[in-house]
Amino acid sequence: MFSGFDFDVIWRNMPFLLNGVWLTLQLTIMAVTGGILLGLILAVARLSGIKPLAWGVAAYVNFLRSMPLILVIFWFYTLVPKLTGTSISGFYSVLIAFIMFEAAYYSEIIRAGISSVKRGQISAAMALGLTNLQAMRYVVLPQAIRNMIPVLLTQSIVMLQDTSLVYVVGLRDFLTSAEIVASRDNRPTELYLFVALIFLVVCFSASRLVNRLRRKYTL
Amino acid sequence: MIEIKNVSKWYGTFRVLDDCSMAIAKGEVVVICGPSGSGKSTLIKCVNGLEPFTKGEITVDGISVGARSTNLPKLRSRIGMVFQNFELFPHMTAADNIVLAQQKVLGRGAEEARAKAQELLARMGLSEQAAKFPAQLSGGQQQRVAIARALAMDPIAMLFDEPTSALDPEMITEVLDVMVKLAEEGMTMAVVTHEMGFARRVAHRVVFMDQGAIVEDATKADFFGKPRSERAQLFLSKILTH
Ligand SMILES: Nc1ncnc2c1ncn2[C@@H]1O[C@H](COP(=O)(O)OP(=O)(O)OP(=O)(O)O)[C@@H](O)[C@H]1O
Ligand SMILES: [Mg+2]
Repeated sequence: MFSGFDFDVIWRNMPFLLNGVWLTLQLTIMAVTGGILLGLILAVARLSGIKPLAWGVAAYVNFLRSMPLILVIFWFYTLVPKLTGTSISGFYSVLIAFIMFEAAYYSEIIRAGISSVKRGQISAAMALGLTNLQAMRYVVLPQAIRNMIPVLLTQSIVMLQDTSLVYVVGLRDFLTSAEIVASRDNRPTELYLFVALIFLVVCFSASRLVNRLRRKYTL
Repeated sequence: MIEIKNVSKWYGTFRVLDDCSMAIAKGEVVVICGPSGSGKSTLIKCVNGLEPFTKGEITVDGISVGARSTNLPKLRSRIGMVFQNFELFPHMTAADNIVLAQQKVLGRGAEEARAKAQELLARMGLSEQAAKFPAQLSGGQQQRVAIARALAMDPIAMLFDEPTSALDPEMITEVLDVMVKLAEEGMTMAVVTHEMGFARRVAHRVVFMDQGAIVEDATKADFFGKPRSERAQLFLSKILTH
């Protein structure tokens, strides 16, 4: 049934395509890690009970969540080199944009996860002499993480798909590379099928991994 | 050991604690009772600083709970607390629940902390349950693990907030037995409970609270013999016929 297709075009262009895959993966992994870390800090700050801090974070989160991602990418692409005075690669400006943007979403997920842990658990931890931070680290977060893993994963998959937006600043991610090959060799069907397949494999293995993690943490 | 002096607390305009004063000497067992909403939980949570109070002073072993300079985590680590809903950490085994604060707060080594946990679980009759998670234990077993968790810190006093009121009747005895033993060993205890059988067996004093105030603070004999206040009489007649 694939008689009219030429899948060889994928093999011929594999190194070029793999470069795109690599960029997409790098960007996703770094942005997810950075976004979750920054999101965690924002969430803890917002729940800290220190009013100015909580308000500042709330303003940041609400502002970024009302902006389209592509606009944030543009800002950082033009802004970061101007502010720092040094020219910084498109990759890093995009990475910073993603981290700052995704952190706003992650922090809300993490905040909901932390709030879902019963107050009595914190009292029990504090009654034993644990400090606020220790109670957070050993008692609240391990329980909160269990509740938030599925949502964090979904957000991270959305983020993986959003990385295709980087073409606007001229970066060659996976989709952009495939597009270049598709139009040059006039083989769009084959290439877009290939892109879909790779996304499917990556997302599927990610969810398998998360299920395994979750089983490790649940009873 | 524990001194509460003229403590008041407001939630907005609502007065939860009304000029409460009482003292618990070393080795003394004091039962605190009173109707729902009278401020019993709030009062004992003030003792280890889980609840801040507005006025007055509380000292534990000479250390002021309300003072800004007090290292609250350190003070709390010396006072055990047991909650109505156990509040075991659900992501940890029974043994790990008992080990956590020994390591993170007291800085004990893993082996020492484990040995201590095993010893306490044995004392509670729970050696077999060490590797189980709280969700796999009965309520009575969970509460005994929670008591072991508090005892592992070698506390100078223990606070109990209705430790048996979330339990099925057949499990109440197993928890009370452990508490009676503890009292007989000379532990300083403040126990919020309506288990008057427990009070009769081991309490030295009974404190009766109503609407945030300590209405009666009497020796066991006086309290059960002839409570002075009408409200305490009424309360007693209600729970004793229960
Ligand atoms: N965060 C809060 N804000 C406002 N009021 C509160 C708060 N917490 C407790 N209260 C009120 O303070 C009063 C005393 O509460 P507390 O829990 O100390 O009573 P209690 O004697 O332990 O009652 P129970 O037997 O039901 O446990 C109650 O009327 C309660 O509604
Ligand atoms: Mg109460």
